[in-house]
Amino acid sequence: MAKLAFCHPTTSSGEAYLQKDNKRLTIALAGNANVGKSVVFNQLTGSNQIIGNWPGKTVERAEGTLHFEDYEIKIIDLPGIYSFSTFSLEELISREYIAFEKPDVVINVVDASVLERNLFFTLQLIEVEAPLIVCLNQMDVAKKKGIVVDIEKLQTVLGVPVVPTVAVRGEGLRELMKATIKVARHEVKIKETKIKYGDEVETRIEKLAQLIEFEQLELDYPSRWVAIKLLENDPEIRRLVTKSDVVVRASEILAEEIARIHKEPCYAVIASERYFLANMIASNLQTQSKTKTTISEKLDWLTTHKVTGYITSAGVIAGLLLWTFTMGNFLSSLLSSALGFLEPVNPKVSGTIVSILWNGIFGGFVAGVTLVIPFVIPFYLVLTMIEDSGILTRVAFMMDSAMHKIGLHGKALIPLILGYGCNVPAIYGCRIMETRRERLLAAFAITFAPCAARTVVILGLVAVFVGAEWALALYAFDLLIIFTLGRIAFKVVPGKSTGLIMEMHSFKIPSLSIMAKQTWTRTKSIMYIVFPIYLVGSAFVQGAYALGVLEPINNAMSFLTVGWLGLPAVAGILLLFGAVRKELILLGLVAIYGTNLALFLTPVQFIVLALIGMMYIPCVSTTVILAKEFGWKAATVISMANFASAMFIGGVAFRLLALIV
Amino acid sequence: MSTEAAISRSIEEYLEILYTLTRNGSTASTTEISRQLRVSPASVTEMLKKLASKGYVKYSPYRGTTLTSEGIKIAQKVTRKHRLLERFLYDILKIGKDLVHKQACEMEHSLSDEAETALCQMLKHPDKCPDDSKLIPPCDLQFSSCEECLERRGEHLEEVGKRNQNLFSITDLKEHDIGKVTMIRGDRKVLQRLLDMGLTPGTNISVVRVAPLTGPVEVAVRGSKLALGRNIASNVFVEVLEN
Repeated sequence: MAKLAFCHPTTSSGEAYLQKDNKRLTIALAGNANVGKSVVFNQLTGSNQIIGNWPGKTVERAEGTLHFEDYEIKIIDLPGIYSFSTFSLEELISREYIAFEKPDVVINVVDASVLERNLFFTLQLIEVEAPLIVCLNQMDVAKKKGIVVDIEKLQTVLGVPVVPTVAVRGEGLRELMKATIKVARHEVKIKETKIKYGDEVETRIEKLAQLIEFEQLELDYPSRWVAIKLLENDPEIRRLVTKSDVVVRASEILAEEIARIHKEPCYAVIASERYFLANMIASNLQTQSKTKTTISEKLDWLTTHKVTGYITSAGVIAGLLLWTFTMGNFLSSLLSSALGFLEPVNPKVSGTIVSILWNGIFGGFVAGVTLVIPFVIPFYLVLTMIEDSGILTRVAFMMDSAMHKIGLHGKALIPLILGYGCNVPAIYGCRIMETRRERLLAAFAITFAPCAARTVVILGLVAVFVGAEWALALYAFDLLIIFTLGRIAFKVVPGKSTGLIMEMHSFKIPSLSIMAKQTWTRTKSIMYIVFPIYLVGSAFVQGAYALGVLEPINNAMSFLTVGWLGLPAVAGILLLFGAVRKELILLGLVAIYGTNLALFLTPVQFIVLALIGMMYIPCVSTTVILAKEFGWKAATVISMANFASAMFIGGVAFRLLALIV
Repeated sequence: MSTEAAISRSIEEYLEILYTLTRNGSTASTTEISRQLRVSPASVTEMLKKLASKGYVKYSPYRGTTLTSEGIKIAQKVTRKHRLLERFLYDILKIGKDLVHKQACEMEHSLSDEAETALCQMLKHPDKCPDDSKLIPPCDLQFSSCEECLERRGEHLEEVGKRNQNLFSITDLKEHDIGKVTMIRGDRKVLQRLLDMGLTPGTNISVVRVAPLTGPVEVAVRGSKLALGRNIASNVFVEVLEN
């Protein structure tokens, strides 16, 4: 088992860099979701990764660098997709990247255990005439399923190099890169494909392709591919050729002819034929020996069963939350006591303005270190594990019908759970949803999920001064709020819900080092967002308070805080503090009154303050993310909706609780 | 109304009720039918015997009644017309949910096939009826998708031709059942997604799991497994093969 042993020199001297200029390569990883594409990416790039966005799009773009032999190789991890239609952003981005940016090599990562489905996409990569190499991954999973693939034959049929790999263990990746470089150097001749559609389709593709060539439309895409896409009635490609009436008309007529012969719309004919080809290739070169029921299948049965499936789903969700909170609290207290030695962490509200500002900055830093990191890292670690192993897919499967009640499907559960750790990554996580409407609905629900910071407030105010059962009741009540408000939003926001179409891939044992790498990359990107806001925001509110700027606002708010919610007069200030970081509600209170808060607040006031703190407004970091993902208008509307529902529920709770407590 | 028309109408009513009652794979009892149609059990028994002699139902006095494939064919057709009419009355004529059922019951027997197809196209291929969200059965024309029906709008229905086999929604199947994908209802976007995932017409699928509480359906297709949300799965229609 040859482990991958690349070196990753992060810096190279400027001179050497320039000399190597002609030895730079760009390669793109393309393939279906869950075939181990990101594992290949992580193995190849190590820690040299930049996670960002595709320009102007809310689709994640992962880029990394690999130094291999004499080459500096830029690797782009394209989104996991099944086809090149225009109906999803990911598909559009991928095909535009391949056509416009023209990477030196496209590595198509293929799941050897689900060959037919994967080849459907491979055929499209061949059609788009990318300099292709196939990475036949998950050979181990295929073997367990009793599938043997004839690699030589596959290579001959496709006309491109095929390299078998087990990416989680690093097997075959060195060979993959060697072959990649050969393709980049044009040492391997990529043969013109012999893969053809049925005659009545193929002749029409050729006719149209010739016409496109003749018309000289100067397209970035190859003519044959454009012809196929036109026959498939792809709206984007149609737009590209509008200036040639002849091509548009010809494609319409030819598509209609095909539709008439096959008695099916032309795009359905082409999809069928492509799958037919994929099926022919796959069944010709793979042998499947029937093995006994694998552990994976048994697990599959257990996790989707109508009784045990719910038990495992509940177990997974509860386990994830429990693990996050115990680990989070443990690490948090460890870190805060370590940092507490340096300087008092509680917000300082009197003294010189410099010391107050410094205390604010430091407090913000400590909050980031003690609140975000301890919760986010354990959470991501386990989330990555249940995601990579395939358990999460089963949980999404079981929870789909419940999520439908709030207009979302099973996949939305993932970011929602994430919201219990920290809202910021959770809202990022909404990208797994298909439409903007669904992402928006999920993000709205997430803003009510009590994150780690809000947990501090609930525990610090209610569990300590009123009783643990009341803190628990608040949690349960919050679930009800998420569900009710989520449902209202679903009814109010116009649009149709898309249904769930999700591949249920086999169970896998995730690799620890990949888990660690992914966790670190994710945590890093959160830190970049949250830390600056924490530092500046904390200093700002504390400084503003010390300068007496907040007092008038507090007074102006008192009709709400005191009159409607029955809170002490200082509440307005606390809520302003909390807008930056939710835990400042508790910390600010302690800074003003000292630790024995029971002398100043009644039990009802504790509960109402915690309740309001839980839902009144997303913190600044969350608002910034909301604005980044959905625009300022949506972020404002969501914040207002939070505020309005918090005020309503808080006021009612104050009046009702007064009767009970 | 002629006696003949009255008889065929009554047959359709019976088959329609039986179709709804046997949807989950169970048999229909005489008492249940008599309760729903508000006729005496004795006349129900008499009618069931008559339907059995025509080959529409399998009737057994103790084990209850099920539809034959010929019976299902007629039942699906009339149920489809009924539910389409309900949609029309509710969506276009804005008649209240509580009233549409009775009105549709009256109209369904006289709706021609051409009118049925035109209605379906105008309503943009609805999949559920307004009052109780039951699934509208697929048409019996040889279309592989609603998109195809739209593309071939100008053609006569005779040119299109009718199916020989009854179609069932994937959500009607039980675990381990095998079916051949024949018709997909939905717009181009949904259709393209399903095609891309390998659910092309003529593909065999087998049901692996049906999640409880109207959850998704897991199907095995092309050597892999797919989870389809209930709304999507209910609009993929298959010919049932041996299981």
